[in-house]
Amino acid sequence: MAVMISGRTLAQGAGCEDKMSPLYINEVSCCYLSEEDYRALGLSDGMNLLLTSPHGSAVLRAGVDRGLPQGMVFIPMGPWANMLTGTDTKGCGMPGFKGVEVEVTPTDEKVLDIRELMLRGR
Amino acid sequence: MRLQIEDVLCTFCGCLCDDIKVEVNEGRIERVRGACRLGSSKIMGHNRIKSPMIRVNGTLKETSYEDAYRKAAEILVSAKHPLLYGWASTTCEALKKGIILAEEIGGVVDTTATVCHGPSIIGIEEKGLVGSTLGQIKNRADLIVFWGCNPSEAHPRHTLRYSSNASGRFIPEGRKDRKVLVIDVRETRTARNADRFLRIQPGTDYEIISALRMIIGGKAESLPEDVAGVSKKELIEIAEMMKSAKFGAIFFGLGLTHSRGRYKNVDNALSLVSELNSHTKFVIMAMRGHYNVTGAGQVLAWSSGYPMAVDYARGAPYYNPGETSCCDLLSRRDVDAALIIASDPASNLPRGCVEALAEMPVIQIDPFENPTTLFADVVIPSAIAGIEVEGTAYRMDGLSLRLRKLVDAEYPGDVEILQAILDNVRRLRDDN
Ligand code: SF4
Repeated sequence: MAVMISGRTLAQGAGCEDKMSPLYINEVSCCYLSEEDYRALGLSDGMNLLLTSPHGSAVLRAGVDRGLPQGMVFIPMGPWANMLTGTDTKGCGMPGFKGVEVEVTPTDEKVLDIRELMLRGR
Repeated sequence: MRLQIEDVLCTFCGCLCDDIKVEVNEGRIERVRGACRLGSSKIMGHNRIKSPMIRVNGTLKETSYEDAYRKAAEILVSAKHPLLYGWASTTCEALKKGIILAEEIGGVVDTTATVCHGPSIIGIEEKGLVGSTLGQIKNRADLIVFWGCNPSEAHPRHTLRYSSNASGRFIPEGRKDRKVLVIDVRETRTARNADRFLRIQPGTDYEIISALRMIIGGKAESLPEDVAGVSKKELIEIAEMMKSAKFGAIFFGLGLTHSRGRYKNVDNALSLVSELNSHTKFVIMAMRGHYNVTGAGQVLAWSSGYPMAVDYARGAPYYNPGETSCCDLLSRRDVDAALIIASDPASNLPRGCVEALAEMPVIQIDPFENPTTLFADVVIPSAIAGIEVEGTAYRMDGLSLRLRKLVDAEYPGDVEILQAILDNVRRLRDDN
């Protein structure tokens, strides 16, 4: 179990108005972990993660961010992070984009293309 | 003909940098100087939506602007409760037009603020704000606090132009004359360049702010040795750092508004700042994201009295975040059509809301294709404000600035598009 935080990154921002570009899609479909968690899950380059929250699930590429403490994962804000967030705004209009509890497991499943992701289940 | 345009405004983030140089050759932007990576990528431009489109049997088909306007008007007129959402990346003039449209069709106008700094606005409405301009902070602040924000990645020139690394009238040595404190749950790029980094646990901002307020209020003895994983000793040092500043400035980001506590975190931070003013001068400012999200709030506030999430269905403006805000309206299926402008809710809202959006007719007005286009039934390409059309935008500190036109557009601007939809709405109404 880990806590998911989403937020802005430079590459996410640079692709923000060009969302169908590989730059943006690669950036926002990546899940960053601490070095310790990355090692503990036995991850290496090119491996993917299945993230599951009470609100949904998604497959993302795994990356390391040395600034993260153990037990926390970071996903650049975008459609992948939002597969995991709920719609409850606690009466103020804002869903909980940070602090979502997620299950993180390595997977052989592939990261979906943006169209497949958005139209999933439709 | 080659043109050098100086003092161009960057219409990407809330910094609204106004010192960009742009080289235009034969009506095309060839080079951008002075902007950060985010700003340059926007100003240089990229793939545009080429033509208006209407969805026929599941596929978007090119059409004329007239047909797209007519179809958009039909959708809006036949909806019981349409949502007009976005507005953060366009001009104040466009929103003014949008409000008239919303009034006529009994729709809800909401801005991207509700999933950004909306809770900050609610906190400010409750508590009031000890604010300032960015210029005052640049010229005077000797302590800069970044709380739950990461300007190194979200506002790349903020530190150089206005905050930690800027030199100012009374801060001649820039970074050397200032202390920088970062409070965050992860060690961001901004944190790595700070004098002091306080790492806190996710969702504990409220507790940490309360503890600092107690220390500053002289009640440190009542605090436990450990507050949400941070030692009392460290909190006392942080409080001392704040009190001993001559002019302190807190910039806060979505770390406060997106996590547990939401607007209450902001409300508490505003109280902390007002209490710090018993000891020294302290100000606080939200790090607004999109370039004109502040202006969108201003226009709504002066038109309706409310800063976001304004419902015109009752014939008079009605505002109740949690009820009339985009995310709640969609998840409760309380709207039945949407006009999306200058934003991309399909990427930025929780999945449950995106599914609701996909079930209803959607009109999209935007220069660029994005995931919302995948659900849109009418797509209307627009000119880019600040590059192809002029207008007004508000910087994150509430200063209004004039955007210029740099090159001619092949597309109509947002104001023109909204006016055309409004004309069609009126015509349809007359016919009925
Ligand atoms: S900091 Fe913001 S406004 Fe300034 S150049 Fe970068 S994106 Fe543009």
